[in-house]
Amino acid sequence: MSNIVLQARNISKYFHDPVTNQVLKNINLTIEKGVFASVMGKSGCGKSTLLYILSTMDTEYEGELFIDGVNMRNRKEKELALVRNEKIGFVFQFHYLLNEFSVIRNVMLPGIKLAKYSEKEVEAKAYEKLKLLGIESEALKKPNQLSGGQKQRVAIARALINDPLIIMGDEPTGNLDKKNSENVYEIFSELAETYKQSLLIVTHDPEFANRTHRIIEMVDGAITADIIQAEK
Amino acid sequence: MKFKLISSVSFSLMLARLKQTTVAAVGVTFSITMFITLLSFMGGLNDLLDGLITKRSPHVRLYNEVEPSEKQPVDRSLQFGRHYNFVSSVKPKNEMPEIYNSRKIMNTLQHDTRVAGVSPKITAQVFYNVGSIDFAGSVNGIDVDAEAKLFSFKDYVTTGNYIDLKNTPNSIILGKGVADKMLADIGDLIQITTSKGERVQLIVVGYFQSGLMDIDKIQSYTSLSTAQKLLVETDNYITDIQIKVNELEMAPELAKEYARIFETNAVDIQTANAQFETGSSVRTLISYAVGITLLIVAGFGIYNILNMMIYEKMDTIAILKATGFSGNDVKNIFILISMTIGILGGLLGLLFGFILSMIIDQIPFVTAALPTIKTYAINYNPKFYIIGIVFSIITTYLAGYFPAKKASKLDPVIIIRGK
Repeated sequence: MSNIVLQARNISKYFHDPVTNQVLKNINLTIEKGVFASVMGKSGCGKSTLLYILSTMDTEYEGELFIDGVNMRNRKEKELALVRNEKIGFVFQFHYLLNEFSVIRNVMLPGIKLAKYSEKEVEAKAYEKLKLLGIESEALKKPNQLSGGQKQRVAIARALINDPLIIMGDEPTGNLDKKNSENVYEIFSELAETYKQSLLIVTHDPEFANRTHRIIEMVDGAITADIIQAEK
Repeated sequence: MKFKLISSVSFSLMLARLKQTTVAAVGVTFSITMFITLLSFMGGLNDLLDGLITKRSPHVRLYNEVEPSEKQPVDRSLQFGRHYNFVSSVKPKNEMPEIYNSRKIMNTLQHDTRVAGVSPKITAQVFYNVGSIDFAGSVNGIDVDAEAKLFSFKDYVTTGNYIDLKNTPNSIILGKGVADKMLADIGDLIQITTSKGERVQLIVVGYFQSGLMDIDKIQSYTSLSTAQKLLVETDNYITDIQIKVNELEMAPELAKEYARIFETNAVDIQTANAQFETGSSVRTLISYAVGITLLIVAGFGIYNILNMMIYEKMDTIAILKATGFSGNDVKNIFILISMTIGILGGLLGLLFGFILSMIIDQIPFVTAALPTIKTYAINYNPKFYIIGIVFSIITTYLAGYFPAKKASKLDPVIIIRGK
């Protein structure tokens, strides 16, 4: 089994509205297991666009994308959904928790969807993840009763529920204050160090990026620098 | 497992929008209630009106029409058998409208498994004599027991006891209109003149009210033997054989068959009362149209509410998709919401429709024309309920399908990036 989690080959993307505009230019990228990588770049440089392509949510691109060694091209929508469910954990800028469900239920949803384990087991796992993030005491509350930082931690727990191959984050600290941002970084860092969790986080916060293993810098839809940092 | 997950998401979404969901369900309930009530009421009315005819009319009637013979003697002659024979000015033969061999025919019919009952009848043209005035009418000689059993004769004898007609010799039950004209009370003797010029006195034992005023003004009833006496005929004399069949739809076919076998004229109820059939079917059609329109309007309500819900819950849809729910799963979630509204609303509608029908069934409805009717008629046909629920399910499914399809096509990237 190779150590490569995700591989992008020559990925290009065009926006056609209002005029055709190439937003991604021949992106080649390989993410190995256990790497905590960040994508840096200014607003509009295409870093989020790239993330959505890598996450299989955006299917209109040129080039090849391999996740866990499997080509994602010409897959049915249902198969891609399964890939996202099983292999990718998401953390967005906004938490996207469902207010109709309790915290624990929110965390459990992708797990129940995958149906690899029974509901009881998923619940036990969800508690485990919440515990890992230090918010197991909030499990039975509704998301709208939590603080912003807590919500984001619940969202991370949800991303972890199916033990994904990779966690992708789109500005996960973008909406948080300094203290909570720090907190989220600590969590990601711990996941990477202790659990060998691969992470790919899009951010425009240099302070955050500088502390990751690998910094991928993007300018105008192309990767301009790919810096692998020594362990601190 | 999968259904459980999808239903749990559906129900949470519904609970989150409980008010709109309830409004949508109430819409369905209302339309199904009205659908059921309308059809039951209309069905009841149809039965009532049809009953006026079908309950009292024979399904097949055998009789002899006064008509010219189809075959003239010359046609039977061997000598001219191969010729074209022209006979002008053919006239009907002078013969009684009697059914020949009536005993044997009745016996055969009574053993026919398709026949529910047979009742003989004699129709006689008479004049009712009131003082110096005579007015025309007709007297029906009937087999009282058979008539009561097959044609609810009892229900239409509004005053007096119908069985007296059998037990009292030379008795008559007058049409209400006839009685009013003759000022005849029960127990009075009245006098009639038969077509043969005989004057006969009969005892009035009751009044008869059919609901059709024209008939009540003319018609009266006596027993078979009294009628035979009036006409000075033997006890074999019968002019009509009334047949009730087991299956109404069979009547036209049987009429043809009997006409051929017994060499009489035969008419079936469908042919004799074609206009009633048309009236009923048009009324039914109108009530279905109105009921289905109501349901479609309710369907639009569901469509709107689901569309709104999808618009409000775009974030939810996006995150469900991002975390691995396929478009199909999302579609099923919204179809399930719609179906839940439809089925719950529909079942409640059936219940309320039933209750409302029962209430209408209790409302007094008294009319002189229909002596046996005391309240509005309702037809509790299970068919209406089945159509109602099936149609509510179909409508809500369609109303849910299009918004659900839209939700399933929603691109999560656009929503998530839009934040």
